[in-house]
Amino acid sequence: MSAHRDVLLKGGRLVDPSSKLDGIGDLLVRDGKIESVGGTIAAPADATVIDCTGQVVAPGFIDVHCHLREPGREDVETIATGARAAAAGGFTAVCAMPNTDPVTDNQAAVGFVLKQGKAAAAARVYPIGAISIGERGERLAEFGEMVGAGAIAVSDDGKPVVSAQLMRTALEYARTFGIPVADHCEDPTLAEGGAMNEGLVSARLGLKGIPSEAEEIMAIRDILLARRTGGHVHLCHMSTRGSVELIRWGKDRNIRVTAEVCPHHLSLTETEVEGYDTHAKMNPPLRTADDVDALQQAVKDGTIDVIATDHAPHHYDEKEREFADAPNGIVGFETALAVNITWLVKPGIISLATLIDKMSCAPAKLFHLPGGTLRRGGAADVTVFDPVREWTVEPTRFFTKGRNTPYTGRTLTGLVACVLVDGRIVHTVKG
Amino acid sequence: MPNSSSIVLSARALERTVTRMADEILERNDGTDGLVLVGIQRRGVQIAERIAARIESSEGVRVPLGALDITLYRDDLQTVGPRPVVGKTLIPIALDGRNVVIVDDVLFTGRTIRAALDELADFGRPARVGLAVLIDRGGRELPIQPDVVGTHVEAPHGARVDVFVKELDGKDEVVLTSGGTA
Amino acid sequence: MSAPLGKDLLGLEQLTAEQITLVLDTAVPLKEISERTIKKVPTLRGATIVNLFFEASTRTRISFEFAEKRMSADTVNVGAAGSSVSKGETLVDTARNLEAMRIDMVVIRHPASGAAQFLAERIESNVINAGDGTHEHPTQGLLDLLTLRDHFGTIAGKKVCLCGDVLHSRVARSNIWGLSKLGAEVAVCGPRSLLPNAIEDMGVRVFDRIEAAIEWADALNVLRLQLERMHAGYIPSLREYNRVFGVTRERLERAPRDVLILHPGPMNRGVEIDSDVADGPHSVILNQVTNGVAIRMAVLYLLSGNSPQLAEAAKGAA
Repeated sequence: MSAHRDVLLKGGRLVDPSSKLDGIGDLLVRDGKIESVGGTIAAPADATVIDCTGQVVAPGFIDVHCHLREPGREDVETIATGARAAAAGGFTAVCAMPNTDPVTDNQAAVGFVLKQGKAAAAARVYPIGAISIGERGERLAEFGEMVGAGAIAVSDDGKPVVSAQLMRTALEYARTFGIPVADHCEDPTLAEGGAMNEGLVSARLGLKGIPSEAEEIMAIRDILLARRTGGHVHLCHMSTRGSVELIRWGKDRNIRVTAEVCPHHLSLTETEVEGYDTHAKMNPPLRTADDVDALQQAVKDGTIDVIATDHAPHHYDEKEREFADAPNGIVGFETALAVNITWLVKPGIISLATLIDKMSCAPAKLFHLPGGTLRRGGAADVTVFDPVREWTVEPTRFFTKGRNTPYTGRTLTGLVACVLVDGRIVHTVKG
Repeated sequence: MPNSSSIVLSARALERTVTRMADEILERNDGTDGLVLVGIQRRGVQIAERIAARIESSEGVRVPLGALDITLYRDDLQTVGPRPVVGKTLIPIALDGRNVVIVDDVLFTGRTIRAALDELADFGRPARVGLAVLIDRGGRELPIQPDVVGTHVEAPHGARVDVFVKELDGKDEVVLTSGGTA
Repeated sequence: MSAPLGKDLLGLEQLTAEQITLVLDTAVPLKEISERTIKKVPTLRGATIVNLFFEASTRTRISFEFAEKRMSADTVNVGAAGSSVSKGETLVDTARNLEAMRIDMVVIRHPASGAAQFLAERIESNVINAGDGTHEHPTQGLLDLLTLRDHFGTIAGKKVCLCGDVLHSRVARSNIWGLSKLGAEVAVCGPRSLLPNAIEDMGVRVFDRIEAAIEWADALNVLRLQLERMHAGYIPSLREYNRVFGVTRERLERAPRDVLILHPGPMNRGVEIDSDVADGPHSVILNQVTNGVAIRMAVLYLLSGNSPQLAEAAKGAA
């Protein structure tokens, strides 16, 4: 196996919250590791030199929540196209949720995802195993074997863990392997048949609403079970002010709860559904401006640990139908950075360093993954992006097979320029 | 080129004309038996009312009076927009076997009368249908001729003939406006 | 100049008070047509209208069909059962097929909220919403408004209460918008489990007790209580519903004034409304049915002015 050429990133703004680094300097990558960082570094012979003037050089982004659809719906996305799209969005690693067909609920299935991810040679792909066999919410899947095969967490995402007893057992059992249990918080009886946030807009449009309480009731249940068991519960895609308050309550008591939020819940509200736009349909649904405000503040004050995309590609004709019957979800890899910069950094709610922490350092730390740092000797997973460059979202130019985004036609700020995974350039933009 | 207007009928002349029309209708119908007047919305209705009033004062008989709105029967609906306002249609008695006289203010292309004949047919089968108009300005596009005419006006195609009636316009007058860009 | 209603009639929320009044004013002279020996005018001769009913409906479909036929349109009825819809065809494919057949207008009834708008955005033909899910039923709203205006002479200032299952009622939504725009005071009354949470934000007042609603109102529009709501657990039983929320003669007799009674039908006698109220002197339920045909004729007439295909055909003929 031949060594890759060295890569020298010259003159960028190095921003790495994990090492409290923020300043102009060079960064040299060799043999898949960060060889040296900061100051002026002379280019070694044969090195690929990339001029990063005006760009931010950050530890590669890590998405702890995405749906790559393989196996089962390769017409919608494959691990290869998903990993490529992730790289285009600045992600150097993504964690694939297990709700595929078949479900990733055993070591062979985990091994398959890992193998396809390696073959993709783009962003790293880490499998998340199912909590229960078939995500049916009945019997625990074999956490130990799945972790042995490469799973980095467990989740029944797409569905909540309805049984409190099963959730309790999962949190207890997961402690042996030191993995987080990620839960999709939704009380299915309250959310049943719901298509959007419950409120004035749903009342006007005649769409069945999903009340915030459907999420919050499960969030507090999970927090209380984490308190009981000492397990690490990770709450997926939090969307309401109430959830933020409950997480804060848990963290104040040193309960092992971490939480993620999606870019769309930080930027858009339920009014996007007006006109029955199915690209504004996701679960949890887009909420109110007040919820968006609370979530933004929670990112700022640390109540929310990570920003994850919940990248969920669908075939275009699955979305082109009656709102209530359309599937939930939007693609997220290739808009995440720009949405976060546009709605969080540009208005001054959080700093660029905080954003990089939420998109890279914190996910690496919480899910025990390589990367998430620019320290010498760390994995050479690096993302270079232009933090002020504006661009207009055109889904036909996406690397993902999915075109389902509510951001079509919007002009966003922040463009990924170059992405290194394991020291190799996996994505680069000319000009 | 500026418009030039001239009065075709003054209030007095209009009154005399209506009186003569009423007499002619009676003459042609040989009295009021079976006679029904149907005015076309809008100003035909007012002319018909005046004819009926004149008949009542001379004959002592109130002849049945109807109103016909021909909007839904127009042959140009598919080309005009927005939709013209639909007026009221009221035919107070069955028309079968009656002598119906359609009354309108101005007879021009004949298309309105064509529509009125179609619409009347939906109310029954009169013994005879006649046509009385206050003004015949010529310019027919269909083979339709009036039986009773108040007055003839030579109006070029671009000209306008406006009939004003007190009930709707506050004055009785007929005005010919020619020229302009029409 | 554009047509006064635009291309489609999707809901009353999007209409102005002027547009609503135009439909009502147009419907008034059209009522007479249904009284004639020959109940037909040639206005829509040559126009093709498809009645696309994805949901069972007798009253609305017949009312539309009468309206279309009295305007001389050619009509085709498509029901969900026995059509390609039951073979799994998507709404977008149905739309494309209709477009390919050069249909002038589509009347659509569909169980999904937003289905009419979905169709309207994808075809050039005029689309009339005949009820989409729990969203709107604009022609029902309009005929209710006409019935109220016929009776009271005006809508402005009148107090109208919608009684019953507002949560699942497209009729209620269309009524709320239409009545509010024409200046009526609007209230709702029903079990809170059948009212939208955000109902007050829609600008209506809420009565928890039917007695209070009756005391307040000039007119009650009594909504149909669907039996499946009981099975879904929104209310414990129909019997109790009638006892607590039923519009009964005893309750109406205690009202300070005569209260006009409307019902969009079909009625559950003895559930939301008692027979002696439905058949009583203050009921205008059958006037609603009569007005329904006139309102639908008016809508067909007004929308037809904006049919691109008809205009194209007319140009070709000229």
